Amino acid sequence: MDFVDYYKILGVDKQASVEDIKKAYRKLARKLHPDLNPNDKEAHKKFQEVNEANEVLSDPEKRKKYDQYGKDWQHADQFEQAKQSRQQQPFSGSGSFGGNYGEEDFSDFFSSMFGGSGNRSQAKFKGQDYNAELQLSVKEAFTTHPKTLTVNGKNVRITIPAGVENGQVIKLKGYGAPGRNGGPAGDLFITFVISNDVKFKRMGNDLYSTEEIDLYTALLGGEKIIDTLSGKIRMEVKPEVQNGTKIRLKGKGYPVYKKEGEYGDLYVTWQVKLPTNLTEKQKEIFRELSAS
Amino acid sequence: MQTDLIPAKVFCASHAIEQSFIQTLYESGLIEITFIEEDPFVPAAQLEQLERIVRMYFEMDINVEGIETIVHLLHRIQTMQQEMNVLKNRLRLYESGF
Repeated sequence: MDFVDYYKILGVDKQASVEDIKKAYRKLARKLHPDLNPNDKEAHKKFQEVNEANEVLSDPEKRKKYDQYGKDWQHADQFEQAKQSRQQQPFSGSGSFGGNYGEEDFSDFFSSMFGGSGNRSQAKFKGQDYNAELQLSVKEAFTTHPKTLTVNGKNVRITIPAGVENGQVIKLKGYGAPGRNGGPAGDLFITFVISNDVKFKRMGNDLYSTEEIDLYTALLGGEKIIDTLSGKIRMEVKPEVQNGTKIRLKGKGYPVYKKEGEYGDLYVTWQVKLPTNLTEKQKEIFRELSAS
Repeated sequence: MQTDLIPAKVFCASHAIEQSFIQTLYESGLIEITFIEEDPFVPAAQLEQLERIVRMYFEMDINVEGIETIVHLLHRIQTMQQEMNVLKNRLRLYESGF
């Protein structure tokens, strides 16, 4: 546990007035507050430091104590004696941002100096937000289905809507850590990581696949049974189809997120497979065709 | 639905703010309000946004014009992040040799 220089964090000197501290704090908060920097963990961390510095320096009692003993925080026993000999006065609210901060957002140094939450203001604090990652396969994300997650030892049952994207984040309000002093619980942010376990490539709501057809079907036409994510279907292959021809199957793609009954398209590319190990007779026929 | 509406006066009382502030936000287009028999109600879906605005205004000392700019820019960031995610997924497709 290191000494934390709250003056340095706020960028003010030791003689700074309450107004100077307030001003410095607000300036940094406007830059680092999580409301203004969503999903920025670095800004979030820095703001916790700024918030803690303000918690101490904007409160005359805490500031006095910090100025007096701050650098000698290791002498905890002496602190305790000094604390007991003085008249106990609860700290009043410092006007710092409640926002998304709980006890765990304060440093060990702060807890050592000020005894954790016991002496702190009774302001309501929202609980800590949790982040979780959920691995899904393309096939799993194809249908709306329930899933039970274990977050910090608790089971959370959620319904995953069909069509979620890789990297998509959903927020479950109130599934984070419990709030303090009657504050609301934090939120749970779930990031979906979708791995491909099927022959289809997904691009948004559309799916892409490649199907092989033999030379004769490509030349003369025919039928081909192909796979879709919702089952096999029979497709007509037109005569003289070219290698690489792309066919669009409307509505056979991926479900559109939170739009029940709406689907993207499936694009099938014909890949003509040329015959190998030709017999002499077959070669002769091809020579004849080639010459004609 | 009426069950999804929170009376503005209840919100203001619990956050210790003037009701005129909600009116100002409504007039600037930052939030939506539903009026029932002339009483303003805040849709529940707007609560998160409203609380964020309250923090910006009262705790960060940002005026309404500043909040409008921030909200607009945050929306743009969010859109760009979603777009980036789509492009990343597309890039992943090409990198996988499709």
